[in-house]
Amino acid sequence: MSQQVDNIQPSYPLFRNDEYKDSLTNKRENYEERHPQDTIDEVFQWTTTTEYQELNFNREALTVNPAKACQPLGAVLCALGFEKTMPYVHGSQGCVAYFRTYFNRHFKEPISCVSDSMTEDAAVFGGQKNMFSGLENAKALYKPTMIAVSTTCMAEVIGDDLNAFINNAKKEGYIDQEYPVPYAHTPSFVGSHTTGWDNMFEGIIRYFTLNHMEGKEVGSNGKINFVPGFETYLGNFRVINRMMKEMGVDATMLSDPTEVLDTPADGEFRMYSGGTTIDEIKDAPNAINTIMLQPWQLEKTKKYLEGTWKHTPPKLEIPMGLEWTDKLLMSVSEITGKPIPRSLEVERGRFVDMITDSHAWLHGKKFALYGDADFALGMTKFLLELGVEVTDVLVNHANKRYKKAVEEVLKASPYGQESTVHIGKDLWHFRSLMFTNKPDFMIGNSYGKFIQRDTLYKGDAYEVPLIRIGFPIFDRHHLHRMTTLGYEGGMYMLTTLVNAVLEQLDKDTRGMGTTDYNYDLIR
Amino acid sequence: MALRQCAIYGKGGIGKSTTTQNLVAALAEMGKKVMIVGCDPKADSTRLILHAKAQNSIMQMAADAGSVEDLELEDVLKVGYGDVKCVESGGPEPGVGCAGRGVITAINFLEEEGAYTDDLDFVFYDVLGDVVCGGFAMPIRENKAQEIYIVCSGEMMAMYAANNIAKGIVKYANSGSVRLAGLICNSRQTAREDELIMELAKQMGTTMIHFVPRDNVVQRAEIRRMTVIEYEPTAKQADEYRALAQKIFHNKNLVIPTPITMDQLEDLLMNFGIMEAEDESVIGKKAIEA
Repeated sequence: MSQQVDNIQPSYPLFRNDEYKDSLTNKRENYEERHPQDTIDEVFQWTTTTEYQELNFNREALTVNPAKACQPLGAVLCALGFEKTMPYVHGSQGCVAYFRTYFNRHFKEPISCVSDSMTEDAAVFGGQKNMFSGLENAKALYKPTMIAVSTTCMAEVIGDDLNAFINNAKKEGYIDQEYPVPYAHTPSFVGSHTTGWDNMFEGIIRYFTLNHMEGKEVGSNGKINFVPGFETYLGNFRVINRMMKEMGVDATMLSDPTEVLDTPADGEFRMYSGGTTIDEIKDAPNAINTIMLQPWQLEKTKKYLEGTWKHTPPKLEIPMGLEWTDKLLMSVSEITGKPIPRSLEVERGRFVDMITDSHAWLHGKKFALYGDADFALGMTKFLLELGVEVTDVLVNHANKRYKKAVEEVLKASPYGQESTVHIGKDLWHFRSLMFTNKPDFMIGNSYGKFIQRDTLYKGDAYEVPLIRIGFPIFDRHHLHRMTTLGYEGGMYMLTTLVNAVLEQLDKDTRGMGTTDYNYDLIR
Repeated sequence: MALRQCAIYGKGGIGKSTTTQNLVAALAEMGKKVMIVGCDPKADSTRLILHAKAQNSIMQMAADAGSVEDLELEDVLKVGYGDVKCVESGGPEPGVGCAGRGVITAINFLEEEGAYTDDLDFVFYDVLGDVVCGGFAMPIRENKAQEIYIVCSGEMMAMYAANNIAKGIVKYANSGSVRLAGLICNSRQTAREDELIMELAKQMGTTMIHFVPRDNVVQRAEIRRMTVIEYEPTAKQADEYRALAQKIFHNKNLVIPTPITMDQLEDLLMNFGIMEAEDESVIGKKAIEA
């Protein structure tokens, strides 16, 4: 008997029973038309060579595992950060099902988001009718105070004009004239999820402030605004708020989904929870200045902040690691005139202490990494601070200017001399690099686990273990609640990195009587 | 002066591109800074200004480079006669792909790359004749062209097309600030053409802003890929385009059009003797029968 009712087993180890093994072998041999194992292995080995890498990097017409997602996904995350806001995607239903599952696999939370289900007739006649009933229904059913509209490919290809559709919906009484419906065109075939975040954010602040700038005065509310960009580490919102509190700086996080993406299980379902309020958005132009936490992905936002709000966002990089957190705090101090408090100095000291404690284990280790532009740049900077040698930095959606910026950071450090920055490349390129450059570890999202499996298949000595920092992380729990920014974020990342190194060392040295020369209690 | 953005629509083959380029050349001669954005996959909206066969279009260059993000503004923006800036959106060959999306992509690219500089007085969008999908309405979305000129002639189908375009404008005008600014009659030398178009314009709630007579000098100039303004500045026809430019420059008559019904259009044509009164008794009868 395969499955026993009093001992129900999952696929592993169940499928290791002879009965299943035979069945799977039989299926493979008789029905799968599989190539012989030695042919498969031969091709596999070939895909690990530098010769293959060269062919791989000359690939023109195909992307394999792109290491990015599409614009409306970012738009939805941005919308979730505003109080009682329903993300609304004008376009096909399937796209929205994808956004919802994608976030819910990462955050392990229900994600509220609607579509207006455009089908064949909408593709022919335009989606205005869908918009009319979609807005009316979404408002009646889910009672949001704001609906933030983005688009899928379908609506974009047929050229649906959101501005006209939404105005017509108001004019014809489907929703009230004053009901807030900010919008952004977010064609999936342009840019990435970070572009979508940027577009949606700009759409929201444009809606509430563009025609309401009279009476607004830079600095009049004494606050500082923070724009997070596409940020999935909930701790990062919290750490910025905490540091500002400790500095006595009144800060507004513009788009803050920490509550809605981390609701308690107390018997009550919360469709909406927390988030930046409409009043806060309206008041935002009165702040002393606005700081973009991930400036490389906020180009459109930056233009608007400078052009309409007349803010002058300081030139900062993502506050990741020691130096760039210092820079952020010093910049805030300069802008507000408030000194950096003792508590943050102590925190910094602890962080430096941790770095020196772990330094012996991290120094000279080789790491490769991939992810979104700002994250990859910040992580590169942090690794160099730790004395880690960076072999490869891969970002799918980034421009040449970005590449130069990362290269400059690498060049300035003795640990970045042998590094290469790859833009517009995907995870299949990254896989080649893991074989040919053989770093000690790779840092990235869950998709890296398949690359790790491939490297292990080549042999124990070739395995490149994955350290999960990034988005999405589907196969480990609760990491989205952690922090990667500020000193606190540095502490978390350092802990993760150094323990991965020690874990691997234990794994390598626990062979009884063979490799356990220094299988030590103390590391 | 503040930037004025104008879109030129009209039936295919009516002479939109020729009229636009001559008009723009006349504006340039007046010292105005103008940009032409060709919104037609054929990419022939700037050839008379640039003396070129066909300008490299944004979509073609983007396809070659891999994506629009790989393009720089100077790759696609060329400067021709009278410092007129020229861009072509371009698009696919007939029968494949989506030309409308090409227009959207191209205009977004121009906005993002800062092509709409402060020194510009006018931007003209020369749009493919039939507004067949949302993409071809891109130039008249909010914050883009607010003035629309329709090129037409005294031929029935040209008037029919003009009226249809007006219907499209109404949709956008109701929710935004786009307005019909007038009809430009590009003469085909039909009978009482000027009066007819004036009457059509009146019924649609607008005016015939200018009557451009037919003159072979236009064709002679085109063979040399030039506007009349440049080819033969002293020609009478050049003055016609100058007059058109002046009228557009001073035009303040921006309206939400009142398109007419098919019956009204037929009545109009009958009044002008272009169409005979319908004889219902002959409908469906073969030549041999009656």
